Amino acid sequence: MENIPQYIQAIPLNHYIILCAIVFSIGVTGVLLRRNAIVIFMSVELMLNSVNLLLTAFSVYRGDASGQVFVFFIMALAAAEVAIGLAIIVMIYRNTNSIDINVLNRLKW
Amino acid sequence: MSTFYFIAFLSVLFSILVITAKNPVHSILYLILTFSTFTIHYILMNAQFLAIVNFIVYMGAILVLFLYTLMLMNLNKDSEPFKSNLVKVAAYVGGACFLITIISSLKAFNTSQLVILKDPNLGLVKNLGKILFNEYLLPFEVSSILLLSAMVGAVLLATKESKTT
Repeated sequence: MENIPQYIQAIPLNHYIILCAIVFSIGVTGVLLRRNAIVIFMSVELMLNSVNLLLTAFSVYRGDASGQVFVFFIMALAAAEVAIGLAIIVMIYRNTNSIDINVLNRLKW
Repeated sequence: MSTFYFIAFLSVLFSILVITAKNPVHSILYLILTFSTFTIHYILMNAQFLAIVNFIVYMGAILVLFLYTLMLMNLNKDSEPFKSNLVKVAAYVGGACFLITIISSLKAFNTSQLVILKDPNLGLVKNLGKILFNEYLLPFEVSSILLLSAMVGAVLLATKESKTT
């Protein structure tokens, strides 16, 4: 436990930001690319997690533990969001027999 | 140091596989692998509390919930109707433009300080628990109300409507 902090001594903050930006933009691409509602939801989870990692990196960089408490609250929020979202998807599937989001374009009217 | 770059490569690779896998079950399994690499990132930053919470909440609860929901729906026959090629190209271009915007704005700042953990017990459970129950006691209680209301809402949405109504 004492020698774990030695691993991160030499990593610039830029590389954490670039990694999280790449994962976040992969999530954005997944939302735009797919038509399956569950996979879109998983891309949203990917974006949330990349932001969590970046908040933790900033928290370690500043030496401030408030960032990690904030990440904990984001995780609690994500759990609530997943429960509600999956319930909505189950309801959509029960009504339309499909989770293709193109079926939902009737929501315009 | 090279551990970080190897794990970062793995997390980018698995997250690309999440959005390109044809079968939704495969994408959920790749998402589990992505989250496990994120857990390793937390361990490398010595944020042990967040590593445990990420392991239990995300990989243990949320992704199992995804798998069960997918299992309830019988999607085997027409699993993935992909979008047209024009929309696909537009999606890739949009994602790439977003990435280029963020990275070029990062270049404008031109900061490259190292991430150094000054206080080794910053992310331990003892330290975070003290902060959570002193400064952030009210948000903690409010989040418990949020979880309760989310549970009630999920039960209300997912149960079938009774015929008597």
